[in-house]
Amino acid sequence: MGARGPGTAREEILARIAAAAVPPARAPRPQAAIREGSTVMLAERIAEYRATVVECTDADLADVLAELLAETVHLVVPSGLPPEWLDRCSMDAVADSPKHPLTAAELDRPGTSVLTGCAVAIARTGTVVLDGGPGQGRRLLTLVPDHHICLVRPGQTVDDVPDALAALPDPARPLTFVSGPSATSDIELRRIEGVHGPRRLNVVIMGDR
Amino acid sequence: MRVGLFVTCVNDLLFPRTGRAVVSVLEHVGVKVEFPLDQTCCGQMHGNSGYRKKAGGLLDRFGEVFAGYEAVVVPSGSCVAFLRERHPHVYELSEFLIDVLGVEDVGGVFPHRVTYHPTCHGMRMLGLGDKPVRLLAAVGGIELLPLPGAAECCGFGGTFALKNAGVSAAMLADKCAAIRGSGADYVAMADNSCLTHIGGGLTRTGGPRAVHYAEILAGRP
Amino acid sequence: MSQAEAFPKAAEGKLADTRLRATLRGATHTIRDRRTAVVAEVGDWEDLRELGRTVKEEALADLGSLLARFEERATAAGATVHWARDAAEACRIVADLITVTEVVKVKSMATQEIGLNEALAARGVHAVETDLAELIVQLADDKPSHLLVPAIHYNRSQIRDLFDASIAAGVDDDPAALAEAARLHLRERFLTASVGVSGANFAIAETGSLVVVESEGNGRMCLTLPDTLISVVGIEKIVPRFADLGVFLRLLPRSSTGERMNPYTSIWTGVTPGDGPQAVHIVLVDNGRTRVLRDPVGRQALHCIRCSACLNVCPVYERVGGHAYGHTYSGPIGAILAPQLTGGHRSLPFASTLCGACYEVCPVKINIPEVLVHLREPPPAEQPVMGAVSAVLSRPRWYRAGLRLARWFAAMAPARRLPWPLSRWTAVRDLPRPEQETFRDWWTRTHGRT
Repeated sequence: MGARGPGTAREEILARIAAAAVPPARAPRPQAAIREGSTVMLAERIAEYRATVVECTDADLADVLAELLAETVHLVVPSGLPPEWLDRCSMDAVADSPKHPLTAAELDRPGTSVLTGCAVAIARTGTVVLDGGPGQGRRLLTLVPDHHICLVRPGQTVDDVPDALAALPDPARPLTFVSGPSATSDIELRRIEGVHGPRRLNVVIMGDR
Repeated sequence: MRVGLFVTCVNDLLFPRTGRAVVSVLEHVGVKVEFPLDQTCCGQMHGNSGYRKKAGGLLDRFGEVFAGYEAVVVPSGSCVAFLRERHPHVYELSEFLIDVLGVEDVGGVFPHRVTYHPTCHGMRMLGLGDKPVRLLAAVGGIELLPLPGAAECCGFGGTFALKNAGVSAAMLADKCAAIRGSGADYVAMADNSCLTHIGGGLTRTGGPRAVHYAEILAGRP
Repeated sequence: MSQAEAFPKAAEGKLADTRLRATLRGATHTIRDRRTAVVAEVGDWEDLRELGRTVKEEALADLGSLLARFEERATAAGATVHWARDAAEACRIVADLITVTEVVKVKSMATQEIGLNEALAARGVHAVETDLAELIVQLADDKPSHLLVPAIHYNRSQIRDLFDASIAAGVDDDPAALAEAARLHLRERFLTASVGVSGANFAIAETGSLVVVESEGNGRMCLTLPDTLISVVGIEKIVPRFADLGVFLRLLPRSSTGERMNPYTSIWTGVTPGDGPQAVHIVLVDNGRTRVLRDPVGRQALHCIRCSACLNVCPVYERVGGHAYGHTYSGPIGAILAPQLTGGHRSLPFASTLCGACYEVCPVKINIPEVLVHLREPPPAEQPVMGAVSAVLSRPRWYRAGLRLARWFAAMAPARRLPWPLSRWTAVRDLPRPEQETFRDWWTRTHGRT
């Protein structure tokens, strides 16, 4: 396993590749500048995946959250969520933290919702990207609960995928690109929303004011 | 400009009327065309069937026969697609008329309902686009009808029709049904290889007549 | 059965199945229309395809050093990288890593190619397929017939009957109900599994990361919940830079499912403490790829990102489905990959009319018709005939004599019932009747011998 030296699979495969003598080739490097994205387009395109999109301001965040959490029994949040978001939350939240990690079974309880932020959002594809940074949590936090509320802050929306990749602070973090609720088209190519991931996805896009 | 006609072996043998129509159209728009008698075949069938060396020999022959010409007109999309890389001075008829001569109305008259099947090599490899249709649209008295699923292959594919006869027949049946459904009296195309297959299917099962579009362009009152 | 007849023979059986043909036609047309719509939105689609092609070309040109860099970065991030020359070695490596009796699996072409499930079963390990379509195929003890929609050959009532008899007695044939049944069946397994097995859509040399593109969330479950993750990755999956995903994540979903973006894409780099599997293994598999790499024309088949757009537009695939191809990779890409990976499957390069629809939609511009022609090896029985034809076509005098002979034959032969093998032609088509004179005779009569 992973062995080096003569006769190992590694050396043999690398030798076969060298023997193939593929001529050199270089791809042009795409531009690196990060283009801002339209939150209007973001909202439209997320909604087309049949996720619920709410555009709101700081002032009405509390009302928006109260409405989205109307049927929630357990609210889960990652560590590092901006405290002002929680202040506006009408119900008590259980925080997942390295010291007190929640188990998959706990997250799987009926009526569990998770509230997170995101690292960046992509307008053109209707995508939110989570990178496990503050306020986003471990991957299972946004996977096991049946309801995910994701907040997009002002200035987080970029135009397209290349912009999002460039905007991520550390590509080596675990990354999850979420474009609508989980879905399948495996039966007669009919799209069905909601298989294994959260069946309800709410994206809250916060305006500048 | 010295213009040669490469009529193709299929047309020489089976569809001389297509060759006559091409000559008629070219002469009508004032082109003096020549037909070198040493021409045979471009080598497409061999090239597509895995006989690279034999096809290469025929490609070379083509170059020798048509060495003295600035343009060679060919009424077959697939032959042009096969020849073009080695012999850039070959033109499918519609390319020659529109791109080289700048002519769309060649003075034809054909008072019938016509649909057009864009054969794959002409459409995808040559990128003929709507050139044959533009020429047809300028023909007097013609009524052009759309063909449902036009871009789908007819199932000919050279030796494919024999090697995978079952799949070829299934594709042909669908194409013939679409042609019948178009309501046209004639189905036109830019490749008589496919026409042998589609036309043979249509005479067997009943339906519009299959013709090379040059024959429509050459229609006279 | 001779190799040359393998595909036509298998196809005959499929053509006779009218329900299969109706199901395939409906599905392929639905998905190709979706693709057309979302591709039309992208203004620079052709530039993007060209970029995809050149990045893949660069990756193959540097494959050795990129793999070494990938290994170094992934190892530094806590993963263990293994190398496998062939399918048997890859299966052995994976099996040796597993100490439990059940693992959960994400849909993966590479594991299918190497026959991993069968190899694990022989060692007493049950691999649970968690993609809905893969689950359907597994429950039916069948094989996938499409790269992306493995159960494309099943309609809803067939799936209902299957689920009713296995995992969800009494379920109805509403696709939503069937999806819900799969969710309930798999939920417990996800939450208790200790080993997950995956493939990867991309492996990034710069960062040592792997990428899985999926829809249902079963992938995220397998990549996140078990303690151990084993990913089987073909060596051609490598891309040089993280930024290259900006090209492929724009090309892939639009080409494959016809969506702007698939619901979930996961990217991970080795082990992240406290988040996801704490033992991460990557098995880099050759299994014929370096053999493909040696062929200057054929190697472009390794650019494939398994989107399956070529299957969905192929008129041949549409009429026979994936099983007729007799290999994990079916459709146009299978017809050029299978013969090159294995050295067999010689009938597949002929399983195409060369209509070019596959090349037109390929997101990385693999010139599939070019490779098909390149791989065609004429069967020995045919060679004398084609040799004689080319001899005739090479000599104008022989050619003129040939025309006369052919005209005589065409005039004499029954247009509707020729002897074998030409009976294959006249079974469904008439032979055209020759006219009064050949073109050249008409020309010399009217224009002289110029």
